[in-house]
Parts: sequence; structure tokens; C-alpha cells
Amino acid sequence: MIRVTFPAHLRKLAQVDGEVRLEVEGRVTQRAVLDALEARYPMLRGTIRDHVTQRRRAFVRFFACEQDLSHETPDAPLPDAVATGAEPFMIVGAIAGG
Amino acid sequence: MSGVRVLVGTRKGAFILTADGKREHWDISGPHFAGWEIYHLKGSSVDPNRIYASQSSGWFGQIIQRSDDGGKAWHQPGTPTGESTTTADGMPKGVSNKFVYDTSPETGKPLTTHQWYDGTPHPWEFKRVWHLEPSLTESDTVYAGVEDAALFRSTDGGQNWHEVAGLRGHGSGSSWAPGAGGMCLHTILLDPSNPNRIFIAISAAGAFRTDDAGKSWQPINRGLHSLHIPNPTAEVGHCVHRIAMHRSRPGVLFMQKHWDVMRSDDAGDSWHEISGNLPTDFGFVIDIHAHEPNTIYVVPIKSDSEHFPPDGKLRVYRSRSGGNEWEALTKGLPQSDCYVNVLRDAMAVDSLDKCGVYFGTTGGQVYASADDGDSWAPIVRDLPAVVSVEVQTLP
Repeated sequence: MIRVTFPAHLRKLAQVDGEVRLEVEGRVTQRAVLDALEARYPMLRGTIRDHVTQRRRAFVRFFACEQDLSHETPDAPLPDAVATGAEPFMIVGAIAGG
Repeated sequence: MSGVRVLVGTRKGAFILTADGKREHWDISGPHFAGWEIYHLKGSSVDPNRIYASQSSGWFGQIIQRSDDGGKAWHQPGTPTGESTTTADGMPKGVSNKFVYDTSPETGKPLTTHQWYDGTPHPWEFKRVWHLEPSLTESDTVYAGVEDAALFRSTDGGQNWHEVAGLRGHGSGSSWAPGAGGMCLHTILLDPSNPNRIFIAISAAGAFRTDDAGKSWQPINRGLHSLHIPNPTAEVGHCVHRIAMHRSRPGVLFMQKHWDVMRSDDAGDSWHEISGNLPTDFGFVIDIHAHEPNTIYVVPIKSDSEHFPPDGKLRVYRSRSGGNEWEALTKGLPQSDCYVNVLRDAMAVDSLDKCGVYFGTTGGQVYASADDGDSWAPIVRDLPAVVSVEVQTLP
């Protein structure tokens, strides 16, 4: 079971209160987690990555296990602690502005 | 008793202001979608309880919201509140924010480039929906004007969107350039007398018209004169801020251009200036009295860099002669130390008798006049910066 956290604006869109838990088939990668997240919550499509290119939106970052994974390739395996559910995969709105 | 519903989009959410026909006491609902930019909300004239909203964010992109009960409850089309977001076999019911330029060989146009601010080619990138225009005949059909400039249409209540690709690809698209606010398609006017005729306007490309329901388009900018472009009378490249049409006279158009207030009496084929005695002919909004097609309203703004009213006085100007002769409307509006702006989609009129006129400011005020503009009072004073104002006249 993969744990995923995401910003309040997106939680409101998805109508969830906190962290969500997702089943991910096969290798646990950014792409697999986001595919599973968007399948469960289709209203999030286009808000985290582009509809067509599937690239991460510029002001969205991915963190886990105190690492910035934003610039990892989408098909790189996520840390074991994420794959086992010990740590969440964190989708974060980049800090911008004052 | 009849009433009005004012739909207000702001930088940090949407607000709905309602009153009976006297328009004296107002109920305020909101913020809806708190924290998001709401560029525009507009109700369907076919079904006034059907309201579409454009919700966007620099972080999370574009969302389309819809209400079917006059703005009490909202949902993303295809994902109703409280219902499963997927079908029984696990497929999403809808992705209402998928605005993808049509590059298919069958129906689309190649996605080339437009001009960037410095004149260099820049790839077309979808950013947000600026304006939603519901069909005059079908509540499930709605048009969206987007940045980077293109026109989209949904025929299923905002769930799926398809580009009206003939506009972007009609030939001049590669020479369009953004205005200071981005390269936005901000005005969509549907001709009530001719379902095949649509007018649109883009900053900074100009005005365009289709007479075949969107298949083909022509620039309609003859008579415009813009000193900030290399050829002041070019066919395209003009920074049109807003166009207004009265439904009883769809061949007559009024335009607030970056500089100059303009009028066309031949459906945009030619334009002439009607700035007359305005204190400045820069501004964003322009609108028309509901019952007097020759009575028009503008809010002059000092200049294209200062973006506030001349002399710190917030004045609506009204012409009852279709332009050139203008009178300042000041009663109830601040006449000193006022430095707000009124953005291009932030003025609207109701169709009660007398005509109500409404506008919102970047200072968060929404002003209303229930007497054709003769006097004004704020409905609210302290909203986030107002981006858009629309009004529904309710039975």
C-alpha cells in the first residue's frame, strides 16, 4: 500500500481529508503512483502533470524520505520505504512568492 | 419578484451576490473555490441555474466547475459531488480540464508558434481559461476562450473540450503576440440572430469573426490604429481589450482597445473611433445598456502603465449617443485617492427596468447602479481583486 500526501487545494478537489493509500501494481515509480492516484481521483488529472506530455507541472515538487525526487525520471524506482508504505510519497506545491 | 444574481470572479475565489429587483439588500455567498483564481463565471441564458466557472492556479493549472442549482453546489463536470468519480469498470467519468490544442490532420491545425514579447517564435502552451460563454440555445454547449489564444467548445456540459481549430490556424496565428496579461482570447460574442456568426477578440491580435460556425475566420480590424505595433494599421496585432454587442442589434459592435474606444456598424468589417471627450481613451471594460442599444459605458483608465483612474477619481462614462459625447457618472463613486483598476471582464448589466450596471475593481469593491448608472453604491467593499463580473436577471 503506497501512502501519498498532496496539497490542501488538491485534497479539496479530490474530496479527501488527508493522506491517501493506493494499491500500485508492479514496480513502484513516480509514474505508477501518479497513474494510480489519477485513476482513483480523475479530477486531479492535469493538476500535477500535463495531460499530454505527462511532465510535472513547474510549481509542483515530489519529495520522499527527505529527498527531492522532482527531477528523477518518472520510471525510476521510488525508495523502498515508499514502496513498503513506511514513508509517504509527498506531492508539494513549490514555495513561490513572499 | 424578479431579482439579480451577480457572479464575481476574484484572484482568490468566487462570490455570488443576490438581491431582489429593488437591488438594495444583498446576500453574499462565498468564497467558492477559496484560494484559486476565478477568471470567469457565467450562467446559461437557457437554464439560469446552470453556471460555468473557470478555476485556475499557477501551481495546479486549470479546473472547470459547474453548478446546476444556481451556484449552491459545484462539481467538476463528469465527477458529481458525492458520487463515484469512476464508472463501474473503473474508468474516470470525465476530465473536464483537458484543453489540448487540436493538431490532428482531420480536424486540427499544426501547432506551430506565435510571437513572444520580443518578436521571437514561441511555442503554443495552454495556460488557463479566461472567458466562458454559454450557448444561447443549448445549456450543455459552452465556449471557452483560453491563453495561449484559442477557442474551445464543449457540447456535454463542460466535460470534454475540443478546439475550434480554424481560428488558431486561419493563417495569421504565427504573428499573434501576448499583451501584458498574456496572449488571451477574452471576448466571445454569439450573434443571437445568426447561429453561425461568432465574434472573438484576442490580446494582442485583434478581433475575428466566423460566419460558418467556426470553420473559417477572418480578422476584422480595419480602421483600428495602434501606435505600439510596427504597422499601426496592420490586419492583426491590435491589443483589443473588450468588445460589446447589444442583442437587438448584433451588427453594431463597441470596442475598448488598448487605446481608443471604437465602433463598427457593419459587424466588424470597419471601425471608427468614438472616444470623443473621454478624459483618456485607455481602459478595459465596455458594456451596453440592456434596453438602449445606443447607451454605452466605459471606465477610463489613466494609461497603459499606471492602470488607475485619472486624478484618483473613479468615474464611469456613459454615452447615450453611441459614442463621442460622454458624461461622467460619479455619484456614489470615490472621487479622491482612488487607484484601482477595472479589468476587461469586470462590467455587466442586468435587464431590469431601470437597467442595473455593475463593475468590480482590483481593490475588491463591486459597485452597482440600479438607475442606468446615475448613482452607485458598493455591494461589497473588501473582496480579493475582482477579475470578472457577470449578472443574471432572474424571473
